[in-house]
Amino acid sequence: MAGREELIDAIAGFALFADLTAPQLEGIVHTFDEAVFGEGERILRQGLSGSGFHVILDGEAAVVVDGTERARLARGDFFGEVSILLGENPIADVVATRPLRCLVLAGPAVESFLVAHPRVMYRMLQAQARRLRAANRWRS
Amino acid sequence: MAELSRPFPPGSYPVIVIGSGPGGLQVAYSLRSLGVPPAVLSADPSPGGMFRRWPFFQRLLSWTKPHAPVERGTPAYERYDWNSLLGDEPATCALAPTFMDGSSYFPSRPEMEANLAAFAERAELTVRYDCPWTGTRLLDGPDGADRFEVETVDGRYTCRVLVLAVGVAEPYTPPGPGMEHTYHYADVRPPETYAGRRVFIIGKQNSGFELANGLLPWARQLVLASPSHAKLSVDTRSLVGVRARYVQPYEDHVLGGGVSILDAAIDRVGRAADGALDVHLRRTDGGGDLVVTVDDVISATGFVAPLADLPELGMTTFGASRLPVVTPWWESTSMPGVFVAGTLSQAAKGLGRHGLPANSGAVHGSRYNARVLARHLATTRFGVATAPTRVAAADVPDRLVIELAEGADIFHQRGYLARLLTVDRAGGFLDEGIQPLVHILDGGGPDGVAATLEADGTGAIYPILFTRKGGSIAEHRIDPDPLARLDASDARRVIVDAVARL
Repeated sequence: MAGREELIDAIAGFALFADLTAPQLEGIVHTFDEAVFGEGERILRQGLSGSGFHVILDGEAAVVVDGTERARLARGDFFGEVSILLGENPIADVVATRPLRCLVLAGPAVESFLVAHPRVMYRMLQAQARRLRAANRWRS
Repeated sequence: MAELSRPFPPGSYPVIVIGSGPGGLQVAYSLRSLGVPPAVLSADPSPGGMFRRWPFFQRLLSWTKPHAPVERGTPAYERYDWNSLLGDEPATCALAPTFMDGSSYFPSRPEMEANLAAFAERAELTVRYDCPWTGTRLLDGPDGADRFEVETVDGRYTCRVLVLAVGVAEPYTPPGPGMEHTYHYADVRPPETYAGRRVFIIGKQNSGFELANGLLPWARQLVLASPSHAKLSVDTRSLVGVRARYVQPYEDHVLGGGVSILDAAIDRVGRAADGALDVHLRRTDGGGDLVVTVDDVISATGFVAPLADLPELGMTTFGASRLPVVTPWWESTSMPGVFVAGTLSQAAKGLGRHGLPANSGAVHGSRYNARVLARHLATTRFGVATAPTRVAAADVPDRLVIELAEGADIFHQRGYLARLLTVDRAGGFLDEGIQPLVHILDGGGPDGVAATLEADGTGAIYPILFTRKGGSIAEHRIDPDPLARLDASDARRVIVDAVARL
């Protein structure tokens, strides 16, 4: 069990929240819900509507497309934002490969959250740019 | 010898339920109906759980409509009665409206307590009252043997299955400098003692707004603060956020009546002159730091699950309420054999599609969880056979239309519980009853169709079907009809198409 104080310390070290002040981090911990998933539990479901934006606090998850694992996610990584930003169903399952603890923001709340926290949006954009660069390198 | 007349003396029982609030009463009733009567232990002197004390300002958040569009006592009536427990006989069902005096469709706290006590009495539910749970021991034994030893002030009990229905009931105040000058919601005094006082409330959820609402006629000044923005249920179009019943302080704030509602973290609380308190605030909305001088600081910062020594024994918990991490069937993932009922059942999050949680934190949701849990325990742990009902393929659309139009489980636990019909290899379908939707989607199983209602935060409640064919799941959303008439919408066509493809 992590109290809110420990959560604030934990997320202060994440790149996504690196630019926020202490009160803003406290606000984040109050705005997001904490969720825990057991090993093997699905967090996102490929093709089914409705997802949330998840930031991993602890544990590990696999990104699985059509039954094939494509990536592993761990502490500080986040997922679910792509389907929310595009308004589409997730194109992958995300499955906990070890007990997974996340902060979760519901899909419908993501836009207003990002607009209210431009530094988080900028950091998210950086992460997407890195993914895009990696994808382009793969292709070339 | 009063001791001899008290039920459930220390000993071995197949199932022990701890708690005599709505959750404990419902799960005990439903287990007994299935032939698995549990021993029920409670620290309280009488039934009712938190409704013996709260809410302070004496009316519930959840309504019961004495005069509804459907007949009282039918399952469909449960959609309009959020406060009765689920009894199978006329003497035990739809009891809440019989205690209401017509002055409000929100029962008063005493009316709710009477409703729960009447259920326990008429159902002849026996509970060992005044028997607090003091500790637990995990037993090493073969499958089927007792696995838990429950210590109480009256002695030791052992059981195979332990159901915790102890509520999210332990007052929680976050640590921080000067928090010793504050007191919790649970220790609020009678309202008249706040006459002319300046009151600071930490927390902007329902309990904070409930206090503010109740203190509007008494307090000289009211300040509510928490780091995140206040959410209102009329904005979220769901049960998330402050309920309409308690919004008055918000209106007072925006119309300049003197109530202040701030987005700020508490930096520290310190003694000021004349016994007053200074609350130092760091604003989270970008504004400058503030100091507010008040007479009382009340923490409406919520409650945590009173799990006794179980976390020390290895039970994993999460979140601000320190709920146990559980499976979709409400079983602790770290301590198999321990289940939760009542408001603790909100620990199972469900799909959380569109950000809307299930209503498991309230009686109108958790009463269905308890019934589903009882069936799950009876069939999987105690060999009780509940054969699924056969349904001819041609009758499936009618069956689902009626379920979607009248089913109460799927109405109150929308997107969380669903009715499952599976394809019977012998022809037709099998009605597998109401199950957690997460289990249906992720647990595998034969081809079939699950029906529930769902909301997406736009204000509409619409039917949704999930079909499984060859292991893959498809979603079939049915557009909402403005008057929720299923036959007037294209619901039947969607149902017929989905079922025909199985």
